[in-house]
Amino acid sequence: MAEKIDLQEIEVWDGNYAATQAMRQAQIDVVAAYPITPSTPIVEGYASFMADGYIDGEFVMVESEHAAMSGCVAAAAAGGRVATATSSQGFALMVEVLYQASGMRLPIVLNVANRALAAPLNVRGDHSDMYLGRDSGWVQMDAFNSQEVYDMNLCAFRVGEHPDIRLPVMVHQDGFVTSHTAQNVCPLSDDIAYNFIGEYKPMDDLLDFSRPVTHGAQTEEDWHYEHKARQHKALMDARPVIESVFAEFEKVSGRKYKRVESYMTEDAEVIIVALGSTVESARLAAKQLRDEEGIKAGVVGPRVIRPFPFDAIRDALENCKAIGAMDRSCPGGALGMLFNEVSAAVYATANRPLVTNYIYGLGGRDLAIVDIKAIFRELKANADAGKITTQIQQFIGLRGPKLGFFETRGGK
Amino acid sequence: MVEIRWHSRAGQGAVTGAKGLGDVVSTTGKQVQAFALYGSAKRGAAMQAYNRIDDEQIINHEKFMLPDFVLVIDPALAFTDNITDNDKSTTKYIITTHLRKDELISQIPALQDKSERVFALDCMQISLDTIGRAVPNAPMLGAFVKISGMFELDYFLDRMKKVLSKFPQKIIDSNMQAITRAYNEVK
Repeated sequence: MAEKIDLQEIEVWDGNYAATQAMRQAQIDVVAAYPITPSTPIVEGYASFMADGYIDGEFVMVESEHAAMSGCVAAAAAGGRVATATSSQGFALMVEVLYQASGMRLPIVLNVANRALAAPLNVRGDHSDMYLGRDSGWVQMDAFNSQEVYDMNLCAFRVGEHPDIRLPVMVHQDGFVTSHTAQNVCPLSDDIAYNFIGEYKPMDDLLDFSRPVTHGAQTEEDWHYEHKARQHKALMDARPVIESVFAEFEKVSGRKYKRVESYMTEDAEVIIVALGSTVESARLAAKQLRDEEGIKAGVVGPRVIRPFPFDAIRDALENCKAIGAMDRSCPGGALGMLFNEVSAAVYATANRPLVTNYIYGLGGRDLAIVDIKAIFRELKANADAGKITTQIQQFIGLRGPKLGFFETRGGK
Repeated sequence: MVEIRWHSRAGQGAVTGAKGLGDVVSTTGKQVQAFALYGSAKRGAAMQAYNRIDDEQIINHEKFMLPDFVLVIDPALAFTDNITDNDKSTTKYIITTHLRKDELISQIPALQDKSERVFALDCMQISLDTIGRAVPNAPMLGAFVKISGMFELDYFLDRMKKVLSKFPQKIIDSNMQAITRAYNEVK
């Protein structure tokens, strides 16, 4: 029987350690992992806990991230609670198996310390890997700080393992900015955390010999479409489940989460939509601008990226005048993902706010508070003019000449 | 908000120092943040670590800061790093050096109009004498406690013992000696 750890009411943890502690408390059966910066300390710490007697379970050392996720798929299909962690190139190598995990409806939890994708090789944070996984059929939850990494991990097991959902879940955090930044974290005790997650209930497990099942069977045009449609429905049905898990989590922790986190949006004229730690920095910038310049600024941060919170985003944004959608991933010849999805959500409103796209922070480029304030001021200019006054997409924090794309037609 | 920038070489313990300081600060009811700019840095490469301390939750995630304290734990970096970067008129400098404070300042032009805000001690020698290895982070914490006035020395030592509790008693004791000596020697 694994030993427990007496945690203090307030710990100082970085995002990686917060993930490791939550994984320890979840009493996982199998972790199959191949370490990669900046997520390495998650599985390294987990292995230390195991060596020190704090974990009953297995740690499978494998030869690649493809094998790591394959091991997770096998262990989950066998009927175990399973989790791992990765970043960047490791995530990219996992992609094939990510689709297998979601297609087989295996509730694996994957911690992703978000990092840029090569080339050029770069170990620092951006959202390229997060965006790469967005069609993989996983639930994707986003933490803005290390406390939320801990909290989202506990919720992730509950959401993924819910009998109506049975899907794998990613918990995203910003590489280095969250993964290696220590901040105050209030953890739950081992017992309260485990009781919240609950005992693992296998479903269609391979090791149930009284009821043989097949995972990962071949289906062609006869059944493939029905399987994928059902999988998508399960992902969409995760929306109310996530809300109920968040509501239960509030009861044990006092911390309240929503599928979309809104900050000072009630009367906001201009709103930034962003992901990760940028949500918090943008809140600081919005508060300062309200105090210093009277700009009615607000911030919207999707807590759940998949299933996309179309409804909640629309509710949060429909009454503002101008929106800046901030994408921390090279858009590859298009507008950024957040721009496209936010635009789609507000298109169906009577007010139809102006939406512009800001690319920033690639490869760990610092996003300063002054940069965010400059975006808010630009959005305010758009709101006052009643039209977009810049190109639709702009790169900010970039050295060299100003770079932007996509011209407006009559400011729309 | 108090902001602190550590100048260090990878392996000298700036990250551990920043996190240890964060651990102690959190026990006083304050919010802390400790992070570093490294990544693929090699042992010995110049790097920087940072602390933010505030009464409210810290939601600022920019790397940029105007430091209130600059802690230099490698003697050569005082000469080669831009330690006065984003300096304020109140920024205090604590620098490890084998030189006397006036000798040090005379050799670093950027410090010459800031001499009343510069404090010096030899963290390397203190750690060699007490811990037996060149780990200048512990003595720097002792110096910071003195210069910042943020804690009573006894309170800090008591909390630091808890942070180090997983280590053998001998290591805890030598770290306490290092912190105490630095507290008394910095000037």
